Amino acid sequence: MGVSKEETARIAELARLSLDEAELARAQGDLSEIVSYVNKIADLNTDGVAPTVQPCTVSNAWREDVALPSLSREEALANAPDRQGEFLRVPSIIQGEGDGE
Amino acid sequence: MMQDYEVVVGIEVHVELATESKVFCGCRTAFGAEPNTQTCPVCLGMPGALPVLNRRALEYAIRTALALNCSIADRTKFDRKNYFYPDLPKGYQISQYDLPIGSNGYIYVDVEGEAKRIRIKRVHLEEETAKLMHAGDDIISATHSLLDFNRAGIPLVEIVSEADMRSADEARAYLSKLRSILLAMGVSDCKMEEGSMRCEANISVMPRGSKEFGTLVELKNIASFRAVHRAIQYEAARQIEVVSSGGAVARETRHWDDARGETAFMRGKEEAHDYRYFPDPDLGPIVIEKPWVDRIGDEMPELPDAKGERYMREWDLPKYDASQIADSRDLSEFFEKTCAIVGDGREVAKWILGEVLASLNATGIELSESKLTPELLAELIELVQTGKISGKIAKSVFEEVFNEGKRPGDIVRNRGLLQISDVGELVSIVEKVIDANPGPVADYHAGKTRALGFLVGQVMKETRGRANPQETNRILKEELDRRA
Repeated sequence: MGVSKEETARIAELARLSLDEAELARAQGDLSEIVSYVNKIADLNTDGVAPTVQPCTVSNAWREDVALPSLSREEALANAPDRQGEFLRVPSIIQGEGDGE
Repeated sequence: MMQDYEVVVGIEVHVELATESKVFCGCRTAFGAEPNTQTCPVCLGMPGALPVLNRRALEYAIRTALALNCSIADRTKFDRKNYFYPDLPKGYQISQYDLPIGSNGYIYVDVEGEAKRIRIKRVHLEEETAKLMHAGDDIISATHSLLDFNRAGIPLVEIVSEADMRSADEARAYLSKLRSILLAMGVSDCKMEEGSMRCEANISVMPRGSKEFGTLVELKNIASFRAVHRAIQYEAARQIEVVSSGGAVARETRHWDDARGETAFMRGKEEAHDYRYFPDPDLGPIVIEKPWVDRIGDEMPELPDAKGERYMREWDLPKYDASQIADSRDLSEFFEKTCAIVGDGREVAKWILGEVLASLNATGIELSESKLTPELLAELIELVQTGKISGKIAKSVFEEVFNEGKRPGDIVRNRGLLQISDVGELVSIVEKVIDANPGPVADYHAGKTRALGFLVGQVMKETRGRANPQETNRILKEELDRRA
């Protein structure tokens, strides 16, 4: 099962990767191989098997609502490429999106 | 032209849940903390950090779904919603896709005195994003944006209505009812100004009576109840203008600009996100067993509608008054506490919906911020009930009680406002008034009963309003009849 060039380009775009023609061709080949390999699982008969997302059979793994100590601000921002005072700083965003959409 | 079209509105609401800790880690959720001091590897999206679900967040989401009459999923899970935005540390948001916790619910909303049923499509649990601030005057001219990750990972419940509303008024009524329910449930503080309750509206227009909805426009950035109303009115008028002049509404997302009072293009359909949802392998499945749901249902606080009906039953309040008090958590708590002391719900309701609301509106503060307490209001009502002061005096005393938190009994004593009910004292005042007003007395004897009102007024003037009105009336009549 192959992945088309258009699909590859779309996936690159979603991943914010800009690929030139050669890279695109290579990615298309790699992706096609990976998808064909994983696709073998489709040959199995899964009638009567509930959709399984992970091998772990544990359900309701949760914790109680107890607050724990957080990182200090310095620790939290230690790896930030750019900061301004108490904040992490990023290049401006043109469109007002986000906000838990 | 407007009346030839019908507006169709669906609303998506996000509310932050009032848990101690975040939904997938132990960081605090306190509002207003110093920026970037409530974070950890999980909510910062550090490689290898693993989320663990906060049980209370799930319980609050179930409680919310139950309060909105939803069916509760017996099995559910969390999914990754993938998109790039700086407020999203992991590059995906943990949300719920095809198995929301609650679905197919409804609430009743008051529309021009009628209860209208607004259907709830789904209720699901997800994580909040970081807070993004634009350094600059506005989003366009800003050169940089600043991030505070304290908000990232606060539990968020998304409530999606069906497109059942037909006007800006209905949309506002829906939001206000939803808010009163969530407040009563104690699951969120629902402060739109602090962003713990946010809303987006889907708006379309269609010729009146049509069965087919028009093209839908998504409205974002609505930050207050007033903005909801204005934004929907503006957007509906804009769409009607487009359609009636032969154009077609474009399927797009628009941004409400509250200062300018208009909506502006934000992104089109072709730029719509492709979220590529898939189950989050870091979080296991959730099984919600019936007994747990039942217990959450049993322990649920009383809903505003049920509370209003109880007030109608217990205190014989008119429906409108009962729901006005019941829909507000502050007012209903105050009402019940005052009733517990003074035992006269009608009188307490009269005060709360009259003087109390008027003073709150005039000062622009919340009831909890005022100096008025149930004990003080009860004392004031009791002073009237026991005949110590008249209702009129009580109203004149109220402002001082409300503003300064002084005890009504003390104010009344210090200002010498105690009602005069002593018969001997009243008789001597009445005699004085009769002697001083031969004209009106003659009128009264001539059959002009209206003159009695004037004479009562004179007694009140003489006593600075302190004379017991019923006694004054009775004594005055007796005295006049005696002299006839």
